[in-house]
Amino acid sequence: MSAISSGVASLTVDQVREGLAAREFSAVELAQSALDFAKAENPKTNAYLHFSPERAIAAAELVDRKLQAGEPAGPLAGVPIAVKDVIVTKGVRTTCGSRLLERYIPPYDATAVIRLEQAGGIILGKTNCDEFAMGSSNENSAFGPVKNPVAPDRVSGGSSGGSAAAVAQGTAVVALGSDTGGSVRQPASFCGVVGVTPTYGRVSRYGLVAFASSLDHIGPFARTVGDAARLLQSIAGRDENDSTSAFAPVPDYAAALNANVKGTKIGLPREYFEGLASETGDLIAKGVELLKKLGCEVREISLPATKYAVPCYYIIATAEASSNLARYDGVRYTSRVEAETLTDMYRATRGAGFGAECKRRIMLGTYVLSHGYYDAYYLKAQKVRALIAEDFRKAFADVDAIVAPVSPSPAFKIGEKIDDPLEMYLSDIYTITGDLAGIPCMSVPCGKTAAGLPVGMQILTRHFDETGMFRLADAFEKAGGFAG
Amino acid sequence: MKITEREVRYVADLANLKLSDEEIGRLSKDLDEILTHIDTLNELDTSNVQPMAQVLYDAEENATLRDDQEQPCLGNELALANAPLSGAGYFKVPKVIER
Repeated sequence: MSAISSGVASLTVDQVREGLAAREFSAVELAQSALDFAKAENPKTNAYLHFSPERAIAAAELVDRKLQAGEPAGPLAGVPIAVKDVIVTKGVRTTCGSRLLERYIPPYDATAVIRLEQAGGIILGKTNCDEFAMGSSNENSAFGPVKNPVAPDRVSGGSSGGSAAAVAQGTAVVALGSDTGGSVRQPASFCGVVGVTPTYGRVSRYGLVAFASSLDHIGPFARTVGDAARLLQSIAGRDENDSTSAFAPVPDYAAALNANVKGTKIGLPREYFEGLASETGDLIAKGVELLKKLGCEVREISLPATKYAVPCYYIIATAEASSNLARYDGVRYTSRVEAETLTDMYRATRGAGFGAECKRRIMLGTYVLSHGYYDAYYLKAQKVRALIAEDFRKAFADVDAIVAPVSPSPAFKIGEKIDDPLEMYLSDIYTITGDLAGIPCMSVPCGKTAAGLPVGMQILTRHFDETGMFRLADAFEKAGGFAG
Repeated sequence: MKITEREVRYVADLANLKLSDEEIGRLSKDLDEILTHIDTLNELDTSNVQPMAQVLYDAEENATLRDDQEQPCLGNELALANAPLSGAGYFKVPKVIER
């Protein structure tokens, strides 16, 4: 038990495997310690909404039985994992951070959940998030905001704030989040952990509660690049239940670790360095210097359509959301406000159940899709999306990776931006472009401000080049001593 | 003004959202601000651009086609398990048709 009591908060996937192999602890002992620790620490951040002890212990017992029988227990054997509460778990409440789904018990598991348990992973519980993953601060959760573990008066970032905070706090070794416009990378940056948005279609969306289907991704959080790569390895790959999941073979991501990055061509998009908070800009600049020391060739590039990304995104994402959220109508999903007529029942249920941000996005999405406006808004946005994707395609003809900030500033104070939705939307500028183009992108810690707030650096690569992204991020993390 | 309060009420009806007068007022202001910002897209000439409906990358054209095979599904009981009101194997809703 020594290895557990001395450091459940800082374990890595490798340390769990070694501890189990050396019989320092059993998977059940580790799961129990991790659950006890997470429950005790959770009030500090509100990262977990609920725990799943029965499921965790059952999964750990299975790992122990396999280990005793000398069978392979999987690459994530015994690893305590947190799952964002927009990813469905059979028999375990899944609320999406919404009052509407407060009592929803899914009848099936998401493909990513099935795969991480097949790999031996132990799901400790479900993490807090902005309602239906809509938000950049986690303040839109019906169950209260997540406090940043580094600075409790500040936001965790969002929408996957709970998963980022749990990994930063040490109440999970790794976690699953979801990213539609930056919801993995931005909270990772704010909390000082690694957050990965894989290529669109790399991880099945089956069982990820839909927000904007053409933009939604499941992605890993970890305290090291290596652990993020290992988690992605276990969940990536074609799934028949998601027709948009990719057939492309999944390479061995671990082979990208501890590699030489000399000669890697890196582009710095000039549009991403205007309007940065000065400390954020300085830290990214230092990061770029470190990449040069590692032998990377750095050059300035241009992604001219960048300034149109926010309006483009907020048309496409809200249009898709207004359609996807139509299903919460009081008929199938637990909550209903009774009324005389069917239509009044729909309206009363939705009016009472959705929070302010969901209503704002449903309204915007419905408006841009309404009669007479389709060409002016949705079709226009799809064309601008093509221009943004084309910018990246052209850039990757000359460079292997793009390095950029994740967010214009570090974690802000809880309540600071809640009354200005447009300003909150504009702060997503550096992350939504990757989602619109569907390319892999990630946030890797690159230092802290004078006040001790973490800042993440973003790395973006070509479709399906997660390997190149991990190689660069891993070398950067090791050279800078940034592993959590 | 990009959007009037009357239009906001119309859109709320389309979206099946019951909103208070206070919410309508707040949304009118927010949507107006956001739609004004969205207007910057008109600076771009996109007359010769093909719309992008989904993420595009090189892949086999018919890769997602497969044989149509029967698969087990959830089953009636599980499908109804989260319904606020059900009976006789159906979702129950307020009466739609008068006898």
